[in-house]
Amino acid sequence: MTDTVISIENLGKRYTIGHRRANGDGMRHAIEGAIRAPVSWLRSRRQERLQQMDFWALKNVSLRVKQGEVVGIIGRNGAGKSTLLKILSRITVPTEGRVRIDGRIASLLEVGTGFHQELTGRENIFLNGAILGMTRTEIIRKFDEIVEFSEIEEFLDTPVKRYSSGMYVRLAFAVAAHLEPEILIVDEVLAVGDAAFQKKCLGKMGSFAQSGRTVLFVSHNMEAIRGLCQRGIWMKSGRVHSDGESEEIIEAYYNSISNERSFSCVNADYGLTIHKVVLKNERGEESSQFHPGDDLVVEIAYKAQRRIEKPILALGVLGANGSCFTSNMLLDGHRPDFLEGEGQITCTFRSIPLLPQNYSVKMSIRSTNVIDLIISYQEVACFGVVGDLSEYGYKGDFLTYATHSTSVVVPYEWRLPDGTSVAVALSRPTNGQIREFATLDRINS
Amino acid sequence: MTQLLIEAGRTERQYWRDLWRYRELFFFLVWRDLLVRYKQTFVGVAWSILRPLLTMIVLTVVFGKLGKMPSGGLPYPLLVFCGMLPWQFFSTAMSESGNSLVANANLISKVYFPRLVITVSSVITSFVDFLISMVFLVILMIWYRFAPSTAVFLLPFFALLVFGASLGVGLWISALMVKYRDFRFIVPFIVQFGLYISPVGFQTSVVPERFRFYYALNPMVGIIDGFRWCILGAQSGIYLPGFAISVIDVIVLVASGLWYFRKTEQTFADVV
Repeated sequence: MTDTVISIENLGKRYTIGHRRANGDGMRHAIEGAIRAPVSWLRSRRQERLQQMDFWALKNVSLRVKQGEVVGIIGRNGAGKSTLLKILSRITVPTEGRVRIDGRIASLLEVGTGFHQELTGRENIFLNGAILGMTRTEIIRKFDEIVEFSEIEEFLDTPVKRYSSGMYVRLAFAVAAHLEPEILIVDEVLAVGDAAFQKKCLGKMGSFAQSGRTVLFVSHNMEAIRGLCQRGIWMKSGRVHSDGESEEIIEAYYNSISNERSFSCVNADYGLTIHKVVLKNERGEESSQFHPGDDLVVEIAYKAQRRIEKPILALGVLGANGSCFTSNMLLDGHRPDFLEGEGQITCTFRSIPLLPQNYSVKMSIRSTNVIDLIISYQEVACFGVVGDLSEYGYKGDFLTYATHSTSVVVPYEWRLPDGTSVAVALSRPTNGQIREFATLDRINS
Repeated sequence: MTQLLIEAGRTERQYWRDLWRYRELFFFLVWRDLLVRYKQTFVGVAWSILRPLLTMIVLTVVFGKLGKMPSGGLPYPLLVFCGMLPWQFFSTAMSESGNSLVANANLISKVYFPRLVITVSSVITSFVDFLISMVFLVILMIWYRFAPSTAVFLLPFFALLVFGASLGVGLWISALMVKYRDFRFIVPFIVQFGLYISPVGFQTSVVPERFRFYYALNPMVGIIDGFRWCILGAQSGIYLPGFAISVIDVIVLVASGLWYFRKTEQTFADVV
């Protein structure tokens, strides 16, 4: 079971951007070009070369994937992940290099491709199935299974335009989940749907992998990748940056985020420069990876060329579900008297009660009259919270999807009918001891 | 185990095998288009009868009554309808298939299958309309108590010819439209103009003898004449060189259309 099923050699994909595309690829352009070509052949050639810009979405990518491997591909937007998947799924052709694939391949780059709004759920199952490469007999055979998986029996004969987005996604994934290829390619399709259904989808993909089939999986959901993949590939600017155990790759990826984006900005009107926003842990080390219950230190280094009276600084931490918490001088009123020259402001969030997920920090600085925004950015830094929730006394089944309802957990206690109380808190386990027991003891005694 | 090779700058060898593998998709896309077409319409499928009926009336009035074109002793509506049958198929197929790739851009950028399926199935969709109109023709012939000659058995051949013409033009336009949306404006113009330069509302015999050859360069001339000849019989006559030109036209159109389509197909997903 160790044969290579996908082998990629020196794969490259070039897009031409700039001049020609910018002016539109209209026909006038082509005709004009044809007429002018002989007249000013030399000149236009040179111009063309100057104004066109080649952009390599992928360059020198070589990979081997063995049968039964579940590979998670991570990287920032524009790193070439999707282009790679598009080439593997034969949607677009490479500019250079070659790929050999052994086995029937199916790709799922989008949920519900080819669904038609006017058609009913039943009709769309057939249409979508056929588009994804199933034969009619195959669809008929799996029809009941698909319907059951999607949980939309009652709405089977309703046009999908009347579906809620959740139902739509469920139906679409259900069809795709019943493809039976030897190699499955999946692009970020789990970003939708409710937690329970996501669990089901991941479970389906997991069982798929366990049956010895190969899966390539692109996602920004690190927890899903951690849970599903043994191998991780980190792509960066069209190349494979690193390749290895998914756990290590994810860790390395998180660590790089902070170095990669050191935020800076200038407001010339106020003469204010923010030349650095860094995140530190309680030991004062720069970090972009925290554990639930850690302290989070946001350090803002500024330079004010002119004196700024009583500015108002606000910081906010945002997760996938929106704002988690803020520190806002507008509310607490603890404004500095003025900013002048170089200096720094730090804000420490004590024992952040955040569930494992990616977060970003937003920042705004207002002038003393409150109305003028001197600086306002949605993302001045980002960090990941990682950790195994079971170490915090969590025992439930759905831990991977914990962040789906909310990202913040304030300490709470259950008092159960039999009189026992249980406290849950996302505070750091001390001395390797599980916190839950400590708090339990205290309450019981 | 199937093996797949993707290599830069090489057209895939297994294209035609894939086309066969996805043969059911032709059916599904046609089915989708037919199913969707009359959703949320009041008269529904009746439109596919109403449309040619109304056009027939208009053309009969304009050419037969106002233009006083010769009918060669045939009922003018029948004459018009025989011309409209292939023309309507050709023109709707050209508009529909020309637009088909752009209309299905979401499919092209997200799933693989031979793109030919999209264009061909939109021609087939128009062909289904053609068959429905054919039923109407039979009704019309019964109404006029008109019995066709034995030449009617050659009709499938001409149907194939018009299918080829539609497909050839459809392939060209759909592939060009991906890159040059200008065709969105050009196609309606061709359709409108073509109705008057093709012998839809009149017979080819109206055209002076010395222009006949040049007139026949339009592939639809030979095809429409052929339809009239098959259905209405010898009265309408057949011009053999014109017919030969049509056949050559169609072969060239299909072959070159396929060539251009295959040549540009790989970049569809990047451009559309």
